Amino acid sequence: MNDLRRRRMLVLLFLFCGGSLTATLAIFALQSNINHYYPPDEVVAGSVPIEHTIRAGGMVVIDSVVHDDTGLGVEFELSDRKGSTFSVSYKGLLPSLFREGQGAIVVGKLQSDGVFEANQVMAKHDENYVPPELKELHEIDDS
Amino acid sequence: MIPELGHFAAILGLASALGVAITAFWGAFNAQDSWANMAIRLAKLQFVVLAIAFLLLVASFLQDDFSVLYVANNSNTELPWYYKISAVWGAHEGSFLLWTLVTASWTLAVALRSKHLPLELHSYVLGSMGFLNTAFLTFMLASSNPFVRLVPNVPLQGADLNPVLQDPGLIIHPPMLYIGYIGFAVAFSFGIAALCTGKLDSAWARWTRPWVNAAWVFLTVGIALGSWWAYYELGWGGWWFWDPVENASFMPWLAGTALIHSLAATEKRGAFKNWTILLALLTFSLCLIGAFLVRSGVLTSVHAFAVDPQRGLFLLGILVVVTGGALYLYSVRASTIRSRIQYWGISRELLLLMNNALLVLAVVTIMLGTLYPLGYEWFTGGDTMSVGGPYFNRMFIPLMIVLSFFLALAPIARWKTTPKELIMRGLILLAGSAIVSLILPWIFWSSFNFGVSCALALALWIAITHVNSLWKQRHSLTMGNLGMATAHLGFAMAIVGVAVTSAFSLERDARLTPGQSLDVNGKTYELAEVTRSQGQNYIADQATFNVDGRLEMHPERRNYPIRQTITTEAAIKPGFFKDTYISLGEPIANGSWGVRIQEKPLVRWIWLGAFIMGAAAVVACLDKRYRRLSRRDLLAHATSQ
Repeated sequence: MNDLRRRRMLVLLFLFCGGSLTATLAIFALQSNINHYYPPDEVVAGSVPIEHTIRAGGMVVIDSVVHDDTGLGVEFELSDRKGSTFSVSYKGLLPSLFREGQGAIVVGKLQSDGVFEANQVMAKHDENYVPPELKELHEIDDS
Repeated sequence: MIPELGHFAAILGLASALGVAITAFWGAFNAQDSWANMAIRLAKLQFVVLAIAFLLLVASFLQDDFSVLYVANNSNTELPWYYKISAVWGAHEGSFLLWTLVTASWTLAVALRSKHLPLELHSYVLGSMGFLNTAFLTFMLASSNPFVRLVPNVPLQGADLNPVLQDPGLIIHPPMLYIGYIGFAVAFSFGIAALCTGKLDSAWARWTRPWVNAAWVFLTVGIALGSWWAYYELGWGGWWFWDPVENASFMPWLAGTALIHSLAATEKRGAFKNWTILLALLTFSLCLIGAFLVRSGVLTSVHAFAVDPQRGLFLLGILVVVTGGALYLYSVRASTIRSRIQYWGISRELLLLMNNALLVLAVVTIMLGTLYPLGYEWFTGGDTMSVGGPYFNRMFIPLMIVLSFFLALAPIARWKTTPKELIMRGLILLAGSAIVSLILPWIFWSSFNFGVSCALALALWIAITHVNSLWKQRHSLTMGNLGMATAHLGFAMAIVGVAVTSAFSLERDARLTPGQSLDVNGKTYELAEVTRSQGQNYIADQATFNVDGRLEMHPERRNYPIRQTITTEAAIKPGFFKDTYISLGEPIANGSWGVRIQEKPLVRWIWLGAFIMGAAAVVACLDKRYRRLSRRDLLAHATSQ
């Protein structure tokens, strides 16, 4: 093999290895960073992985938001308005548009006692924008 | 009357766009000057009528004509006049009218540069642009007409512009992005023209490069403005979220960056010819995919416009026809264009190849993360999920580290092959930068972070090699080389900003009652009071913070009653080395408030770096060799294969 060919082989091999490495890493990174969404009835029914980062959502139950006395801790309930309700505990600032009676999505882990420990709370952005997962609930609301 | 005239002008725009496509292609097929000249005149007409249509929509907004559905949905009599104007592109229909006007403007720009290009090439480019705007205008008139009337029940008051869009940054961010996106349509059209004429030589590359640079400038500035806006307007200090729509603008940017580099190899060395064309076609296709993702409602995003399946299908149709057609043409014609790389040692050719490989890998991984939830939902029949930000960071950052490594070698490497001593000297400089970078974080932020040291080492190395080469060229510096080096320095600045602000930002959330204070990083933040005031179209709770008893800062929480929307207006004390950032959260109980206090070191370097990159690309456009159409180029192009 002459020099040119050897070098070309090297470069192509390098590109091939780099590409496959990236693909492999991408698959692993995807697996550990996808957050499945679960509606309230599945959270209540216990068909949700415990201690695993997931997303869940529902309507914030009216009069359920309770702040603790001194800090930023807050607890509230999310419901699908069809009888399934679960509690969420969160420590931090709530988003500007978080309101009782409105939809919210929480990201975090479900504890074995059935309380959802959220590390992120998302509310809808304005009256036109509703997360698709909560669209059905909002339609119940409107009718 | 005004909306009807606007509607009519838009229809005339469609007719002239179609006219441009037909006359330009006909002129190109038959090499006839008269048809080509007709196409140029129609391109001018197209611009004029679409500009009129756009101005008439602006007039409807300024007059608060709520009989126009789009105005009624996106404006309000209490909106300040400048937001009434920016509301024109605040939602889907009007922003698409702007999109078609931008397409017409680029078409006009191409038409006016006709003296600088061979007739055949010029006509194909113009024809392709005309075809694209025909598709866009058909879409707009058929499914997204901003001039539709709301009769007979004309509302007395409009629904208002979304409050987070009521911001100076948002007046220019969307137009910048659109100018960038459609600028790549020009590159796309040059690619189509090269495939049709079968002539792809260094003259073609030289003619294409300024257009690609120009498009890239607008896209770079547009994305940076968007990030900056998110930082100060969304109110929580984030500057990049890997939101699907951000990704939709970032993917064409990465592909466009790759295109700039592969064009350099094509111009100077005749290398990567086929690949360059493919990239030109794919970059604009990514812009169209972005438009589809944003406007069809398939994605959940802050940016996504209202959902309408019919629109999505129509846009998908345009995407399939344009991309599919271009790729088909490519598959048929690309084999007629030949290029060879003969130098596989460490050379500029190889570095440019690495640049392209890494940027394309970055595009692919980002696309995977962006589209995966859509695919999942489709396969499982409705189960939804999202891909978290950590995925993108884990994929994107390593690729950028490798990219930075090759980038630093750029001024060292030569075409064909590079002497070993030069590379060794470069690597010694890297070792030096690495040692300095292990120490620097201790001095400035008194802590250590591997990622920061990595970024600093590479940035320092990039700075040294580039400044050194600028110094060596000081008597013979071309605008092209100056632009290249400056852009790379801007990139180095941006990666330092990203790394440092990600690793060393401080963030404290707390609950404060007026009179209480919080210590962050040796500074005392006292919440003095919270007062209520009335803005033009909102009610604000304004907090007063005393920082170390010297500086007053006033974060606000605004309630826009018309849309029942609350926004957080952060108080920011900007600095070249550090931003102090206070946001006011919700009132909790007994007069206490949730607050977030942040210190963000070097956050401004991210946008500053991006703006430097944009300015550098402008400088590169001013290179003498782009200015005139040389007889030699023309002759070479006419005889090339």
